[in-house]
Amino acid sequence: MTRLHPHYRFDTLVVGAANRLAVTAARAVAEAPGGVYNPLFVYARPGLGKTHLLMATGHGAMAIDPALAVEYLTLDAFVEAFRAAIAAGQGDAYRRRYAEIGVLLVDDVQFLAGQREAQAELLRLVDAMQTAGRQIVLTSDRPPAEIDSLDERLIRRFAGGLVIDIAAPDYETRVAILRRKALERKVELAPGVLEAVAELEIDNVRELIGTLNRLAAQQAAGETLDAARAVALLGGQAARRPSARSSGQPAAIPEPAAVAAPDEFSSFLSDITSTVSQQIEAWRAKVAAAILRFGGEGYRTNRLEALLDGELADDPEQAIRGFEANVRRLESLRAEAVGLAPDLAGSAPFRDPDAVAEAETLLQRARDGTAPPPVPSPRWQLADLVEGPSNRVALQAALAVVAEPGRKYNPLVVVGPAGVGKTHLLNGVGNALAAAGGAVACIGAEEFTAELIDAIGRDAVPQWRARYRRCDAFLLDDVHRLAGKDRSQDELFLLFNLLVESGRQLVFTSAVALPALAGVEARLLTRLEGGLVVELPAPDRDTREGVVSRLLGDKFGSPDAELASYLAGRPADSVRAVQGLVQRVLHAADAEQARPTAASARSLLEGAPPRAPRRTAGPRASGIVAPGGGVRSREKMVWDWPVIADRLHEEWR
Amino acid sequence: MSLVNFAAREITCKIVYYGPGRSGKTSNLQYIFGRVPEGRRGQMVSLATQTDRTLFFDFLPLDLGTISGFATRFQLYTVPGQSYYASTRKLVLQGADGLVFVADSQARRVEDNIESLQDLHQNLLEQGVDARQLPVVFQYNKQDLPRDLILSPGELDDALNFRSVHSYPADALHGAGVFETLKGVSELVLRRLAAGAAPV
Repeated sequence: MTRLHPHYRFDTLVVGAANRLAVTAARAVAEAPGGVYNPLFVYARPGLGKTHLLMATGHGAMAIDPALAVEYLTLDAFVEAFRAAIAAGQGDAYRRRYAEIGVLLVDDVQFLAGQREAQAELLRLVDAMQTAGRQIVLTSDRPPAEIDSLDERLIRRFAGGLVIDIAAPDYETRVAILRRKALERKVELAPGVLEAVAELEIDNVRELIGTLNRLAAQQAAGETLDAARAVALLGGQAARRPSARSSGQPAAIPEPAAVAAPDEFSSFLSDITSTVSQQIEAWRAKVAAAILRFGGEGYRTNRLEALLDGELADDPEQAIRGFEANVRRLESLRAEAVGLAPDLAGSAPFRDPDAVAEAETLLQRARDGTAPPPVPSPRWQLADLVEGPSNRVALQAALAVVAEPGRKYNPLVVVGPAGVGKTHLLNGVGNALAAAGGAVACIGAEEFTAELIDAIGRDAVPQWRARYRRCDAFLLDDVHRLAGKDRSQDELFLLFNLLVESGRQLVFTSAVALPALAGVEARLLTRLEGGLVVELPAPDRDTREGVVSRLLGDKFGSPDAELASYLAGRPADSVRAVQGLVQRVLHAADAEQARPTAASARSLLEGAPPRAPRRTAGPRASGIVAPGGGVRSREKMVWDWPVIADRLHEEWR
Repeated sequence: MSLVNFAAREITCKIVYYGPGRSGKTSNLQYIFGRVPEGRRGQMVSLATQTDRTLFFDFLPLDLGTISGFATRFQLYTVPGQSYYASTRKLVLQGADGLVFVADSQARRVEDNIESLQDLHQNLLEQGVDARQLPVVFQYNKQDLPRDLILSPGELDDALNFRSVHSYPADALHGAGVFETLKGVSELVLRRLAAGAAPV
């Protein structure tokens, strides 16, 4: 294990275009170890400052949190220690030691090439540190993919963090490095000497510092160095590397002649070059910081990267402000869109500041798809239900749901044959919940499927979902009609989970007992059965009498008890059938312009009506038609045949 | 005129040498002109009278080459010092990124210096420029004259430099302090780049 070199800190690191991104990323890591770019993988050719940056990261992290355990080691040391631990049978102890480390800095991981055991151990370590939210920073002289025989999983792990390179320093950075080092070493060289050395294009920082040392030594030996002499001394390097001028690149540096004999203008130019470079670098650093910041927030930063690549062809301040404005706009659009349709949260346009228009379109579509879902029918109120022994359990369950929506019975499933009042109960519960201030969606299963099909056709499924996901209660009538409709069941399943998890009420009705419900996925059925399943059977006599009394009471104020008793005693397997009987009697009495009695009802319902040819047209016709096609006897006509079962029953009787 | 043109990737600094007549503004530009390699300088435009007094203004463009991807150019101007050229001074002052106030160090010209300085502030005020935000340096020229004829830089600071900006003793005729002054004002101007300061 090696201690961090005290000199290798961020403030001793010269930042230029070549290493700006890497330094900014390393600073971000030091400020929030484990929070961003984990692992951070920095690669560069030797001598470009990898180790300096690695240790600076450690110093930076410790400066913020002195209690943080930071460890630096080379890969060789890592491998050696690992092998020694294995040989001593202390593999576990070796691994435990790393559990204490908050920031692990591993240098020169290119030596992993061909070392399968070490790769496996490093993989395990990276996984362990990532899982524990601890930071790992690695350096290499080449990108991960170019390390021979490197485990694919390691490459993926590194790519999952941030892999970033350091390029060779440019002229301005070389000047800045030489000045910094000269200052640190208290070496004073004649004006123009450092610029002349920088012009040699020694792109290895270590070597560059070596040339400075050489010049310093020469000067310490009593020799007076000017630019020309310095270049002559370093002739080897000069000969090896063509200068910017000889390579045909534009140069902002003094003429060679001026370098040889630095004059006032050369000195002035050198100073101005340095000043301008620092200012341009400051811009670039701002752009780089913005890239890392917004990139870290998950936004695409292509525009800012293009700004850097294009050597700041636009005003960086303005570009960053514009980018930030776009990001804020996207945040606002996304927040509203997610409120409307949570599925839109991950939509790419909300993460791309260059796609604000697209994000606005998405939001508009979300808005378009947010018409309120169907609500319960106001004509069915719980108060209108007549309680009797047969429906008492269901009714009490419904009242409990209204009293404590989402808590007591969730879901409530009402099972019973057609016409017993399931829909009435469902809508009644819905109306009561809505009256209590909740947003209630109440819809039939077939309508639910039809809406979904329409949404698929409009490519607006997320918005369609959102309509229901915002509801405080979801009531679905005739859930058995979803049999065989897989997509509808999927959507219902997702909606079910979401609503139940957030404590919102669900109520279902089904004409088929759940165990007998074929074509509905088991995962949905088990969830339905997990709530309260209540049966709503055919109405008993008390219930029927209550229904009849209420209907007669509505008509005449005070019901005829004998008539009510007679009608309640008539065979009827549903509330709807009872209502049909009462309607027939009332219509007949209306035709006679007389008040109905038990006798007239008996005569009507039990007398032998003339058989008439069956009429096939019109679902509400009585079947009693004159040979010529006209209605022969209005009082014989049954105006309201609720269901086919009642009709068959009458026919049979 | 914008200090930085990102589209064209240019940095153009306009530096104006201001001061009373005969204080040595044109001498500054002439010295610079003589030290700049031909390829880096443009034609110096100087409209002078028969007695070599600046009639309109001097203009010296300098091309410093491409620095960090930006073609960097300096434009050096002088104004005519005589009080009756007030409108010309205002014209030249427009859009200045930095100012060099060239003061005549001779004791007998203190009043001229003060009058010119007041004229400068008046003109800046008329142009809506906050003199405190504009990079300004002082150059105390003619420091080569006999000591009994001139004020020392400290005395001149007391008399003129009430904001304690950078000041440079100079002998513009022979070049002493000329580039130091130019460098001083240039760095002040350029350091405003990163701060995103709007050009004057």
